[in-house]
Amino acid sequence: MTLERHNYDVLVIGAGGAGLRAAVEAREAGLRVAIICKSLFGKAHTVMAEGGAAASMGNVNDKDSWMVHFRDTMRGGKFLSHYRMAELHAKEAPDRIWELETWGALFDRTKEGKISQRNFGGHEYPRLAHVGDRTGLELIRTMQQKIVQLQQKDGRETGDMESGIKVFAELTITDILKENGKISGAYGYWRESGEEVLFEAPAVVIATGGVGKTFKITSNSWEGTGDGHALALKAGANLVDMEFLQFHPTGMVWPPSVRGILVTESVRGEGGVLTNNLGERFMFKYIPDVFKDKYADNEEEADRWYEDQDNNRRPPELLPRDEVARAINTEVKAGRGTEHGGVFLDVSKRIPAETIKKRLPSMWHQFYELAGVDITKEAMEVGPTCHYVMGGVEVEPDTAAAVGVPGLFAAGEVAGGMHGSNRLGGNSLTDLLVFGRRAGMGAVAYVKSNGANPVSEGAIAAAAKKIQAPFDREGGENSYSLHAELQEITHNLVGIIRTGSELAEAIEKIAAIRARSANVSVSGGRKFNPGFHLAFDLDNMLLVAESTAKSAIAREESRGGHTRDDFPNMNSEWRQINLISSFDGTKVNVRKQVLPTLPKELFDLFDIHELEKYMTPEEIAKGGSN
Amino acid sequence: MSFVVYATFRAFEGANYYKDHLISPFYSPCLSEACLPEATILGFTPVSAEIFNFALSPALIILIFPLGFRMTCYYYRKSYYRSFWMSPPACAVAEPHKKYTGETRFPLIFQNSHRYFFYAGLVLNVILSYDAIISFKNPEGKWGHMSVGSLVLLVSSTLLWFYSMSCHSCRHTIGGRLKNFSKHPVRYKLWSWVSVLNHSHQRFAWYSLAAVAFADIYVRQVATGAWTNFYFF
Amino acid sequence: MARNIKLRIWRGDSTDGGLKDVVVEANEGEVVLDVIHRVQATQMGDLAVRWNCKAGKCGSCSMEINGKPRLACMTQVASFGEEETITVTPLRAFPVIKDLVTDVSFNYKKAMEVPAYEHPKELAPGQARMQQIDVERSQEFRKCIECFLCQDVCHVVRDHEENKKSFAGPRFFIRIAELDMHPLDMLKNRKKTAQEEHGLGMCNITKCCTEVCPEHIKITDNAIIPMKERVADIKYDPARWLGSKIRRREGL
Repeated sequence: MTLERHNYDVLVIGAGGAGLRAAVEAREAGLRVAIICKSLFGKAHTVMAEGGAAASMGNVNDKDSWMVHFRDTMRGGKFLSHYRMAELHAKEAPDRIWELETWGALFDRTKEGKISQRNFGGHEYPRLAHVGDRTGLELIRTMQQKIVQLQQKDGRETGDMESGIKVFAELTITDILKENGKISGAYGYWRESGEEVLFEAPAVVIATGGVGKTFKITSNSWEGTGDGHALALKAGANLVDMEFLQFHPTGMVWPPSVRGILVTESVRGEGGVLTNNLGERFMFKYIPDVFKDKYADNEEEADRWYEDQDNNRRPPELLPRDEVARAINTEVKAGRGTEHGGVFLDVSKRIPAETIKKRLPSMWHQFYELAGVDITKEAMEVGPTCHYVMGGVEVEPDTAAAVGVPGLFAAGEVAGGMHGSNRLGGNSLTDLLVFGRRAGMGAVAYVKSNGANPVSEGAIAAAAKKIQAPFDREGGENSYSLHAELQEITHNLVGIIRTGSELAEAIEKIAAIRARSANVSVSGGRKFNPGFHLAFDLDNMLLVAESTAKSAIAREESRGGHTRDDFPNMNSEWRQINLISSFDGTKVNVRKQVLPTLPKELFDLFDIHELEKYMTPEEIAKGGSN
Repeated sequence: MSFVVYATFRAFEGANYYKDHLISPFYSPCLSEACLPEATILGFTPVSAEIFNFALSPALIILIFPLGFRMTCYYYRKSYYRSFWMSPPACAVAEPHKKYTGETRFPLIFQNSHRYFFYAGLVLNVILSYDAIISFKNPEGKWGHMSVGSLVLLVSSTLLWFYSMSCHSCRHTIGGRLKNFSKHPVRYKLWSWVSVLNHSHQRFAWYSLAAVAFADIYVRQVATGAWTNFYFF
Repeated sequence: MARNIKLRIWRGDSTDGGLKDVVVEANEGEVVLDVIHRVQATQMGDLAVRWNCKAGKCGSCSMEINGKPRLACMTQVASFGEEETITVTPLRAFPVIKDLVTDVSFNYKKAMEVPAYEHPKELAPGQARMQQIDVERSQEFRKCIECFLCQDVCHVVRDHEENKKSFAGPRFFIRIAELDMHPLDMLKNRKKTAQEEHGLGMCNITKCCTEVCPEHIKITDNAIIPMKERVADIKYDPARWLGSKIRRREGL
């Protein structure tokens, strides 16, 4: 059988927001582009984004500007973000949103007919462009349709709509190929038929999204298996700060069918209270000292807040995400959780059924239709769910080029640096657009100056051998059970609260699973065989988990999406450090790297007293670089 | 279906459609020279009583309009395509036809005339409302009286208005065809109201049909003397 | 409270296949997709099923459950009787690839045939002004998650393979309606092509698409019928028809 081969200028792996934006950019510059998606076109995880896309257009409050947005982003990331990424993001986000509008997107409007913007946690002004609670879907659909528009244009010019840009749906990439130290293409298989495909392309853009499936409870779909993270590692790129994972405090935990699916913060905003199995409203016990003046310490005051927000302190259920997540985690670990390992979130006893249905329609539907639970009558069971990975491929901010691998680019959730230690809600959608476009531009510039780089037969043979391997083994390990074991380890030992000893245990156990995974065998044929698919995803997840655990044990402080029980405080020395993961062919190695210094003009955007909370006196004294 | 049979019978009957200011909705407006003078509108009878030596029942002249309105109605189309044409018999159930061309060619392409029947229907609604008002007279022709018959006519003409106003063509004409609602605030308001009614188009279709049929039966029974029209005052 | 339920799953590929009976555990609150996954993990390791978000937002797990096109992640096991056998089969309107997975490329081909949005040339990014009431109609159609249940249930292609060439299907009628109602779209002749190229006239408004839509988009009442009326405006209005013949102006 002859191998299916394709030749393109740019190969985009991942058809979520970032991948599609990169593809549009590369095609508009005249290059031939292939888009790979693991599932059907338009089903990417981007569709799950509800809140909106943060961009300082100033449509609702004209005091907003890129500088305010930049400040919010740096603060949110606890000053660990790469300043240049945060700067580019804040500056370019409005243009990216407006551009979508010229492609047919229909955002909700203000009275003046501009794009409406809503408030969101961590953003100083109303900043999130949105379409009801389905902003991500709007983004994906708009770009999907933009690609169709480009295809129609190509069709008019060449007679073949797919001559310039083609979507390869339900295809998994197993290897990124290099020749002479530079990218030459990628190798993979059709999920439908199991048949192998070779793509030759001098530039590859990775836009594969997150790693949530490494964890037991996650809001990510099956696709979030860290493919891009692992592919990049194996291709010689670095991952930066993989210890930072965002856990949403309230994901559904029961029934199992919906485990991990988000329960929006507004449930608590509307008066939902968290209780443990003793019926105790436990959040009062977990108010950190710095928040004591803003949050009520007794139920009476907390209840009054819903009626009168000016004269009462907020209920502690509305503490920042990480605080709530930690509190729930502690309750469950202390044995005060529900039988399914969560806590109760209840609106039914406090709010009349009609009001619940009116104020929280999508939540009511989500529970009623997906879980058969009527939240106007019974309590929800919720617990922290793995939501987003801040860490990712180390890239050059301006071009999104992966450091160390000529021809490789990364954008979106798979890229690291932009969000520092914690991502603000709404920043991910604009991240996709800003850096998706930059990755496209970077790839275009690279291809124009470098040209083709043919794949060697040796590389093809090696990649093909890897795909065939699990079929040739008999009676080996089952990938489903290895996956479940891995999830158990990450959940218990690399979860929200970490300690050095548990992390050391996790690293050992992950290594053991990795050793066993070399022996995975697959039953059945190649045709649409989920067991076969999981075998490759598993390999990726193991690398990601190893990288996360090793970074987590190295970072001896607590910051944003990384909490160490044994190092509970933020440490200004550690703020200057990125942890860089690389892969030597057998294991992940983690080293420290100094974070670039904030330039003076950006440094000066902040109040010096604020910076003092994060930076060392020496840094403050220097007042930024140059 | 039974409505069609009954309507056909009544249309050809050519009698028993008028009694003491009550006129059957099937026979209004009564445009034929054969009409009872009291049943006409100010004696306006432009159509001759016989066409090609065929005695034309006055109902046949006008019944085509409401019938056409209902036959081309988007709701009734769904209903009869499913139940009589079996196209499809029910959702996801295979249909028995070998070929299917939908409403793209003769005769079904004439479904596109729905709006003209809608306009005609509006005219009829005005007339039937006029009839309902007329019925608030006693047999001596004095105003200010109300009988069961006047109520029956009032209900049937009101429901017909609801049926017409909730019609998809009405929704389109009144505002649906606009690209920018914001430039036509009044039409947008009307469109919003019609859209609400439109949700219940199916209900209005059946209610109005039943009411009209009952109104005709009632008038017929009164005209034949089987029932006595009771006057409240 | 787990109980065992009877499931009948279609297994096979484009050449051959049939229904296979299995008994599988189901927990309280579970949906059909969950029990299919359990079958996959415990009894049929190579059972093919397409899914993604498991939250009714991506539209991947479309299949036919007891003969009705549904999303498996939005169909509660408890909605069937205790003793009832739940039969799951692949979408009938599209060719089977394997088991519950069908080749839905028909829909992507149709998507490429609908001319894209055309933005006014004089409006630079950021200059567009639209009122909420003007975008709401199109926004309803943009809720579509492309599960293609409407395409599957529509008898025009479900029962008549030969119509696939000339019929875009409900999903793309709402796309066309969305663009035709878009306050800024500049492309002309959408109504005309809707009728002449995309087969709007084939629809006999029997509303099955609306019935199966998991997003509760009023496909027939809000998109197809208004489009039919718009087509009637330009094609079946005698006065306008005459006018366009005489003046040969570009359509709306």
